[in-house]
Amino acid sequence: MGTELHFISANFGKYDTSSIGSYMSIGGFEALRKAVTMDGEDIAKIVAAAKIKGRGGAGYDMGRKWTQARAVKGEHKVVICNADEGEPCTFKDRELIKQDPFNLIEALIIAGWVVGATDAYIYMRAEYACLRQLLLNAIRQAKSYGFLGKNILGKGFDFDIHLYSGAGAYVCGEGTALIRSIEGKAGRPRMKPPFIKVSGLFARPTCVNNVESLSIVPHLLLDQEGVYMHAGTPDSIGTKMVSVAGNVRNPGVFEIPFGTTVRDIVYNLAGGVPEDRQIRLIQFGGASGYIADASILDVPYTYDDLEKAGVNVGTGALLVIDERTSVLDFLTITQDFFSDESCGQCTPCREGNRHMRMLIEKLRRGEADTSDIEKMKKITRIMPMSSLCGLGEGAQHAMIAAMRVFPEVFDVGGAANE
Amino acid sequence: MLTEPKEQEALSDELRAKIDLVLESHDNDFTQIVGILLDTQDLFERHYVPQAAAYYIASKLPVPASRIFDCLTFYAELSDKARAKYPIEICSSIACHVNNNEELKETLEKLLGIHVGEVTYDGRFMLLKTTCFGACDRAPAVRINGKVYGNLDSEEKVRDLLESLN
Repeated sequence: MGTELHFISANFGKYDTSSIGSYMSIGGFEALRKAVTMDGEDIAKIVAAAKIKGRGGAGYDMGRKWTQARAVKGEHKVVICNADEGEPCTFKDRELIKQDPFNLIEALIIAGWVVGATDAYIYMRAEYACLRQLLLNAIRQAKSYGFLGKNILGKGFDFDIHLYSGAGAYVCGEGTALIRSIEGKAGRPRMKPPFIKVSGLFARPTCVNNVESLSIVPHLLLDQEGVYMHAGTPDSIGTKMVSVAGNVRNPGVFEIPFGTTVRDIVYNLAGGVPEDRQIRLIQFGGASGYIADASILDVPYTYDDLEKAGVNVGTGALLVIDERTSVLDFLTITQDFFSDESCGQCTPCREGNRHMRMLIEKLRRGEADTSDIEKMKKITRIMPMSSLCGLGEGAQHAMIAAMRVFPEVFDVGGAANE
Repeated sequence: MLTEPKEQEALSDELRAKIDLVLESHDNDFTQIVGILLDTQDLFERHYVPQAAAYYIASKLPVPASRIFDCLTFYAELSDKARAKYPIEICSSIACHVNNNEELKETLEKLLGIHVGEVTYDGRFMLLKTTCFGACDRAPAVRINGKVYGNLDSEEKVRDLLESLN
């Protein structure tokens, strides 16, 4: 165990990412050629059979999303590639774009074919501005080879890809905020309904997919031997790109078959904790993810097993924190992040984050009493219930998990802890 | 309060032409406003969009100036206030935090003689805190004008970095 399986990342380092000819020499655009001979619904079914869940963190069934997107009636449907991975400790999409840009372009064209879209928009975070030229070049070359534009591969399929840049707003990873940003506005989320799939970008039916989710599809369509379907476990099929960072010797992006244990990921792939220090906690899936202590190490990395252990796959990030950082220190930084990134539109998120920050500070100073702990618990209940978007819903996940995993930290009855 | 710029320096013809090029590279498409503003602020030595430039862009696109200022103040990467030739953004998120970004911050403050939020007297350097920019595998990291510099775990490396910018 503890070995990678390069399926989604199969093309990494295999071709010159600035040349479509180089990509085609390793079989590039074969998946698209195959896709346009198939009915979109059949492709959606293949994706559904592989049980691909949205890899941006939300984990929505991708095959189902495509089937629903196909069913929506409306002209000028739109596909969006969410390349705004803003969850701290998440940088897998960065590698997918950097090392295999043409595969993403091919995947988007296939997505467009499946849902019957006329345009795709890639929304990439400003932090990855260095990858902009790479993608623009890939789009340009795909156009000159006839994979984009009018009547693609003689199938009467017209499709174009547009690249948009974010500008440093975590909240823009949220669907409605992302859409507003592409529309040329400040990226403040809006109430749903109307749902994006019916009325999204420019009020058109819109299907949003993450970079990694999309990147699987071309490989999956050409997977004759069923490598992907045989990898992983019956419920979590295939592989996952994980990004491991924090206190590890060898931080980076790895592609693992589902079912690899967390220990294998942290110790064998990421090299373990420097100076063999103890692990204080591991956060899964970014700042809005849950946390666990070292007891999670022997849990297999699958959707089900992680959920049973109280955490989520989320974006695929694993943040390892060693004993030098206290739980409260971790919570402070995480809370600072959400206080900074809250757009301030809705009261539960704006005020909840603010007050939670003050309460954490009080607890750190050893001045909190049981009524403060009660207030904290109340905030963790109210924010997910009443916030406008996913940011406010997820902001207290780490706190909720911390209260469960490290109850002693919140035990203000006795002497001040930590 | 925002009013039409009168006294403040008008844009030179040269800058207008450069902004026109930026607009053209985005097909004069107002939905690309974020990208346009990102490119525009790089035209100015201190990496911001001055009011005059914001109004000029508004005059060229079918959007009101208020929309442009809304974007300028909403997105962390955009600024309507002068920064520096080299705004040094120190990542303050968790992966950098557990890799001692506090020491990195103190080293930068010591070497530059300024605190976070301040600009050096010559307008060359500014220290800022920013949230995660996805370089967690190279923590602790800073970003300067879009470029990431990672593994800054010693004073020597920080000094080399600052010298390379001179």
